Amino acid sequence: MSECRLKKINRRSFLASPYALWIVGFTILPLIIIFKYALTDGAGAFTWDNLLSIFSDVHIKAFWFSIEIAAGCTIICILLAYPMVLAMKNLGLGRKGLSMFVIILPMWMNFILRILAWQMILSNNGILNFLLGKLGMGPVAIANTPAAIMVGVVYDYLPYMILPIFNAIMDIDEDLIEAARDLGAGGFTVFRRVIFPLSVPGLLSGIVMVFVPSMTSFVVSDILGGGKLQLIGNVIEQEFTVGYNWNVGSGLSVTLMIFVLISMMFTVKQKSEGKESVIW
Amino acid sequence: MRGMKLVSAALIAAVGFGMVAGTGCTANNGKRELTVINYGEYMDPDMIEKFTQETGIKINYEEALTPEELYTKYKSGAIEYDLVCSDGYMLQKMMGEGELQEIDINAMENKGNIGQKYWDITSAFDPGNKYVVPYFWGTLGILYDTTRVNGPVDSWDVLFNGDYKGEIIMQNSMRDTFMVALKYLGYSINTTNPDELRAAYDLLVAQKPDVQSYLVDEARDEVVAGNAIMAVVYSGEAYLGHEYNEDLAYVVPKEGSNIWVDSWAVTKNCKDMDAAMSFLDFLCREDVGMANFEYIYYSTPNDAVVAAMDEELREDEAIVPSDESTANCEVFVQTDDETTRLINDLWKDLKSK
Repeated sequence: MSECRLKKINRRSFLASPYALWIVGFTILPLIIIFKYALTDGAGAFTWDNLLSIFSDVHIKAFWFSIEIAAGCTIICILLAYPMVLAMKNLGLGRKGLSMFVIILPMWMNFILRILAWQMILSNNGILNFLLGKLGMGPVAIANTPAAIMVGVVYDYLPYMILPIFNAIMDIDEDLIEAARDLGAGGFTVFRRVIFPLSVPGLLSGIVMVFVPSMTSFVVSDILGGGKLQLIGNVIEQEFTVGYNWNVGSGLSVTLMIFVLISMMFTVKQKSEGKESVIW
Repeated sequence: MRGMKLVSAALIAAVGFGMVAGTGCTANNGKRELTVINYGEYMDPDMIEKFTQETGIKINYEEALTPEELYTKYKSGAIEYDLVCSDGYMLQKMMGEGELQEIDINAMENKGNIGQKYWDITSAFDPGNKYVVPYFWGTLGILYDTTRVNGPVDSWDVLFNGDYKGEIIMQNSMRDTFMVALKYLGYSINTTNPDELRAAYDLLVAQKPDVQSYLVDEARDEVVAGNAIMAVVYSGEAYLGHEYNEDLAYVVPKEGSNIWVDSWAVTKNCKDMDAAMSFLDFLCREDVGMANFEYIYYSTPNDAVVAAMDEELREDEAIVPSDESTANCEVFVQTDDETTRLINDLWKDLKSK
């Protein structure tokens, strides 16, 4: 190989080869395997049954419960994240500030440990009930209920809502807001007509990054739901680990994947009308 | 783009080499090695070192969390294991699939240390004792807080009569939880009768509102912390629970329970049978058995170890279950596919109620 040809090699694509290997080995191959299991029965013959098994009573119930948890989690995250980001903006807390650090910090710890900590907080004799007792309030039985799962997923995914909204809002040109004020817009009108529309791409990223993982999680519901409540993720996990039924497990995974892709296509389409978001 | 291809090829080669190197091949350059798989924290690490020092055979030690995970790891074939340690029903499944090799148990020097009782128990899934060597054993029972119960706890009835509503923890494990209901109803834990399984299911559905949670590893801790009055746990867990909280007691209900024996077996992949047998013999030795017992605190089938332990331990029902308490107990055996599927479906229904 001549030196001249060597120079022609695009350094960037050369550097991407480990990543390409990674993608093939750990994304594409597993996907092929999942599809193969999803479309065959135990004996290896082609079947649609595994994909259709989502419509059985148990599965549809777990699926709806997952959607409820994911939708609730997404809404709560938006309601918590938006005011917080606006407050951070108004207080002039920038990207390098301590507040951002505090938001990111928990993400450095293993998430199972953090969920186990919540289990200690919410359990019957836990920290929450201890504090309520000190305040003279009765104990609350929140452990092993849907509310406990909701607390867990909201806690876990809130940063993924805050960060994209934060990035979108911090990118808004201050001059736009000043111009709106000069033209006589009040605080709420500025928010409604300027800040909110410009933050929509960030908001959509946040929704995707919160809705999808909270819908597919299973560890949170196992730990905080006490094994009494099943998300679709738990059903899939069970099929693989205790049921030995990899075909049904894969079938349900594929159905879930299709559902997630459809909902993502919807948000991506919306987004392309606005400015490309920062994190997604 | 030949350069890129070269790099890719080099990377593939490197990854491939890594995989081959990781398989722990039994015979490379005359250096003897064994690859074993066991549950987590289920052997004193010093004993592995000791074995290598004594025999020069290197042990590649792999771990799994549950019998199902162990089986999945084994079946994936990424690593060729020479020896596996698992529950009887899992070893029986592997035996049925032709994954295990017959071993000459009578040739083991320390065979006599393992009590006849345990060879009899394992013969339920290993007729004629041709494949497996017992390692640790125990029962499933109720761990309860003696200060918060309003009567004697000696029957599974306490879990179903509603007296301890919201204070009960069941095992988050299909067969263990069905076992409790089956035994309470007086059926065999290995029943293949769909009516009996459905009766157990109905009982568990009725019980579900009273159950605080279905847990595995945390069950013991919740009782220790006082979050629940009672939990269905393994005897070994119960012993540790008592260590943390003196008010806790363990009972094997009078209706009987599951008696489990984790055992070692040699897989068909093993090419160095001598090395495998010397490892199994090593594990049955009194000093090694004692070291492992003191590391794990499960019941040991090694009579020499039982004879050598402190009296206080020997009389602890969670450490050395008496013959009376195990009289009505049964060993799990592998059920047929149809029954497994039925239990799996019923379990899924139960969890979604």
